[in-house]
Amino acid sequence: MKSLKAQNHPLSSSKYEIELLESTDFGGTFESKLEESGLFPLKPTQIEILQINMGKMCNQVCKHCHVDAGPDRKEIMEREVMNHCLKVIRENKIRTVDLTGGAPEMNPHFRWFVSEIRAIDSEINIIVRCNLTIILANPKYHDLPEFYKENKIEVVSSLPYFNAAKTDAQRGDGVFEKSIKALRMLNEIGYGIPGTGLVLNLVYNPSGAFLPGSQEGLEAEFKKKLSNQYAVEFNSLFTITNIPISRFLEYLQRSGNYEAYMEKLISSYNPSAASNVMCRSTVSVGWDGYLYDCDFNQMLELKVNSPGSQHIKDWKQNALKEREIVVNQHCFGCTAGAGSSCGGATA
Amino acid sequence: MKTYYNPEDLKKFGNIGDFQKSMADKFFDYYGEVFKEGALTAREKSLIALAVAHAVQCPYCIDAYTVDSMEKGCDEEQMMEAVHVAAAIRGGASLVHSTQMMNKVKEISM
Ligand code: SF4
Ligand code: SF4
Repeated sequence: MKSLKAQNHPLSSSKYEIELLESTDFGGTFESKLEESGLFPLKPTQIEILQINMGKMCNQVCKHCHVDAGPDRKEIMEREVMNHCLKVIRENKIRTVDLTGGAPEMNPHFRWFVSEIRAIDSEINIIVRCNLTIILANPKYHDLPEFYKENKIEVVSSLPYFNAAKTDAQRGDGVFEKSIKALRMLNEIGYGIPGTGLVLNLVYNPSGAFLPGSQEGLEAEFKKKLSNQYAVEFNSLFTITNIPISRFLEYLQRSGNYEAYMEKLISSYNPSAASNVMCRSTVSVGWDGYLYDCDFNQMLELKVNSPGSQHIKDWKQNALKEREIVVNQHCFGCTAGAGSSCGGATA
Repeated sequence: MKTYYNPEDLKKFGNIGDFQKSMADKFFDYYGEVFKEGALTAREKSLIALAVAHAVQCPYCIDAYTVDSMEKGCDEEQMMEAVHVAAAIRGGASLVHSTQMMNKVKEISM
């Protein structure tokens, strides 16, 4: 399967995506909902997390991917941009650095970058969003679990279901089996095992046009099934709602689910999830160094609204803290039901 | 096309209070309470609801509890087994009545 970009698909244009999202009236704009909740304009509470997208290159081509990542994507972060990130982390006492992609490990500077972040402060929480299969994709990645352990990395990995059929339908043939192998490798060196301090969290997102159920309930079910059937352990499960952009938007349209899904997101708007959206505490850095309110806005090319501080090299903490967050209809994905963020449910 | 069942009508379920508010309010409060996490998990209740939806053959409930069961992490096999429970009870309920038929046959036969 190719990325939307390689297919020249209209939905690979962020302009087209935004027009589509704005053109359909599903009974209220996100702005008007925020206004009703007394949250418009949406402002940051503080900048705690720097989420860095190290590139769109990936060994997988998942059907729901909001990055439109894949082996055919060549956009990856250069060392120069990473150096600017290191400066920002050092000077602004960033407490959490969240590395994502694509598969961040495919960036040739990945290990160097992680070690440099760790060298700044042994207490920084460094998260790597690891797709699991990368560990088995090539012998040069087989020692990644050891590398994570040495650098006290929190590993966050997607596993949409505890069986092969649903996982593979979303993430590609054979992904479930490889993911289980990789999870066992992580477990073997202590990841996900109580008392080791090595954190392995899983991400659940629905494999279809429906919302995630209760995080607590799904976590209990995943723990039971993965432990009993596959001898796999993990710490927490984060439930994440699929945001209607990029490849998931393409799926919604192709399957005739777009309108019903948007209606469901909008009718499930939850003000307390809205006050906890992750963009209020995060700044997201793109592979080319531009700054965004979140990884979704990054993919829609909606840069941060802080003139003079739109690129990592021009980082101005105060301007970013005072910025108004750029919102649009896709944001309903973060505020439906129990809410959704890179750390799971928010309400 | 006019049909007795229209999927769009499911969204209007909440409007039943327009004609009789206090009873609707009580019903929806009760309904919400029933489906909460309790001695049974919300997931188990969703599968029971899915089975009952098939037993009472309500298309609205079948749609609603198919989505709800999937949201709660049930897979196709579990959902189909729930429907088989409904089918077994329905079939069994018919068949167990045959004991009455058998009794009657015996009663009136030489
Ligand atoms: S969802 Fe993750 S693993 Fe899948 S294609 Fe996108 S970046 Fe790669
Ligand atoms: S999509 Fe991004 S900007 Fe919109 S609410 Fe979610 S985190 Fe915030």
